[in-house]
Amino acid sequence: MSPSLQLALRYVFSRKRTMMMSLLGIVFGIAFFIVSQAQTSGFQKVFIDTILGTSGAIRISDRFQDNETTINKVSTDGKTHFIFKNRENSRFIDGIDHPAEIIESLSNFPSVIGISEILETIGRLNSHSRGQSVQVHGLRIQDHIKVSNIENQLIQGSIENFEKDRMGILIGYRIAQRLNIKLGERVNLVGTKKNFQLRVSGIFETGASEIDKKRIYIDLSTARSLIGKRFGGSILQLALSNVNNAPDVAKQIQESIGHRTVSWQEREKVWLDVFKALRISSAITVSCILLLSGLGMFNVFAIMVIEKTRDIAILRSIGFSPRDVSSVFLWQGTIVLIAGIILGVIAGAIATYIISQIPLSVRGIFSTDKFAVNWDISHYLTAVFIAALCVSVASWIPARRASRIEPAKIIRESI
Amino acid sequence: MDIPLLQVHDLSHSFLEGDERVNALRGVSFEAIAGELTSIVGPSGCGKSTLLYLLGLLDQPDSGEIIIDGKEISKSNEEQRTMLRNQSIGFVFQFHFLIKELTAVENVSLPAQKKGLSKKIALEKASDVLCKLGLESKRERFANKLSGGEQQRVAIARALVNSPALLLADEPTGNLDSANSENVFELLQNLAREQNIAVLMVTHNEEIANRCDKIISIRDGLIIN
Ligand SMILES: Nc1ncnc2c1ncn2[C@@H]1O[C@H](COP(=O)(O)OP(=O)(O)O)[C@@H](O)[C@H]1O
Ligand SMILES: [Mg+2]
Repeated sequence: MSPSLQLALRYVFSRKRTMMMSLLGIVFGIAFFIVSQAQTSGFQKVFIDTILGTSGAIRISDRFQDNETTINKVSTDGKTHFIFKNRENSRFIDGIDHPAEIIESLSNFPSVIGISEILETIGRLNSHSRGQSVQVHGLRIQDHIKVSNIENQLIQGSIENFEKDRMGILIGYRIAQRLNIKLGERVNLVGTKKNFQLRVSGIFETGASEIDKKRIYIDLSTARSLIGKRFGGSILQLALSNVNNAPDVAKQIQESIGHRTVSWQEREKVWLDVFKALRISSAITVSCILLLSGLGMFNVFAIMVIEKTRDIAILRSIGFSPRDVSSVFLWQGTIVLIAGIILGVIAGAIATYIISQIPLSVRGIFSTDKFAVNWDISHYLTAVFIAALCVSVASWIPARRASRIEPAKIIRESI
Repeated sequence: MDIPLLQVHDLSHSFLEGDERVNALRGVSFEAIAGELTSIVGPSGCGKSTLLYLLGLLDQPDSGEIIIDGKEISKSNEEQRTMLRNQSIGFVFQFHFLIKELTAVENVSLPAQKKGLSKKIALEKASDVLCKLGLESKRERFANKLSGGEQQRVAIARALVNSPALLLADEPTGNLDSANSENVFELLQNLAREQNIAVLMVTHNEEIANRCDKIISIRDGLIIN
């Protein structure tokens, strides 16, 4: 242990009360930072899980038919090498006409781990007592399981029932409530061309109330008959091995197949931006606690350098270099910082756990029954980094001042 | 002991006070021999402390030479000066300047630890020095729980722990009663004799000054004897 560190320890422990105040500031700052990030990112995560579980990572829909004015050269790894585009003569086409071809070319994208073809239309769902308009999604359930979280969203019934029964239907729980429909009951679905008697094989809750209120799932072929269209007009919903890459992958897919391809980040940008703003603003607010405790600590050290000028002069006279003198103060900052980090991280983790147990019911853009928290090491590292930054500045400036003290001058003046 | 341990040639130092230059030392030359106790006397403000701080490398002279053990040191760099202060020069001030958060023995061990000794060995060494100065029972006391005379002896122990060749004392008895003054004087005299140290001591006490091996009288920044 260097003499500077020994001295630093003694100085810190001989000023327990002042040091405790600085320490508490750091502990609270770190703990609050961790808790606030855990909460905001916890709710964000629930939201993202909800949107990925309902609408998937990427959706491919309409296309601009371009009369030979786009030339694409796509290599086998899915990366586009050159493109010439001219949209002036483009013709807009609703949905996908030849899904098989597109599914084929998507095999060039190894990160795509699931593809579900969906035919979207509207219809009217009637129970024995009332009816309402609904968004009809025709799909193949085994494909759709791979690109959504429908299995876990079912609160009644089962996927097997739905799969077995070509006349099965899955309905959002708010529809079931509103139309007073029970599992296994028959309902009447009216489409543009036909109508069907269907049996409710499941009721789901996604947490997104727009979906729970409006959406129903039926088999793709049933949906086609409903609108009297034997092919075309569908969209593709994709699952990715790494959802964070969705914007890049979507861009590549769009460039290579010419269809509008939208990642979840682009699709849900508004809400994601809201969450981002919340996280950043709470990070800034809470960083102020750390900044303030840094200021307090700066004050403590600045006063201590003045109080200790004689000690500093004497240390210089017995062979401490200016750097040794400054390290006495830097060590003090480090000691308080390390104690603050350890206690702050523990306090933050405990507080996060306690908050995660608080019952809280949220419905709307997602659903949760408890305070959502997200355990992420990056929150802890960021908190530690900000604390370290504040403490470094707070101890570095006084330490530098200490190292510049002229010993002869101080000794002379104190006689 | 023919070659003097310390040679000082034509040392000058001035201060800027406002726009005026105060010449505190105006060409001082003398020698000090290992094993001798030299007193420095003169009226207040004549430049005694200034001389001692220059010799202790706490300040740099305007001109002149300080030679310790044949080496010119007044113009050496900060790193060398720090090392010389640590290992070759001991300094004792009128006020003891102990660090009150440390015990007596820890205060004394600091220069030894700074020199590179392990904490354990440095503490043992510090303990030995304190024993020699009759402070065995006060080793574990915190500095501010010692009497003035004891504190000054601890400060002397701290100056001695690295066995310096040169010990500089600026009015070490100035703040002590006559019994303690006598005590400290005898201590310095014995150290010079027994450990072969060149001791330079500033004092206002004429009686003490006259008992030293040599007296340097300063007036207005010049040596007058
Ligand atoms: N930092 C300083 N600035 C200006 N003048 C100083 C300074 N230090 C000492 N002096 C002047 O230098 C002269 C010598 O001072 P000093 O060596 O302390 O005297 P002594 O120790 O003999 O009493 C005095 O006139 C004093 O006023
Ligand atoms: Mg003086």
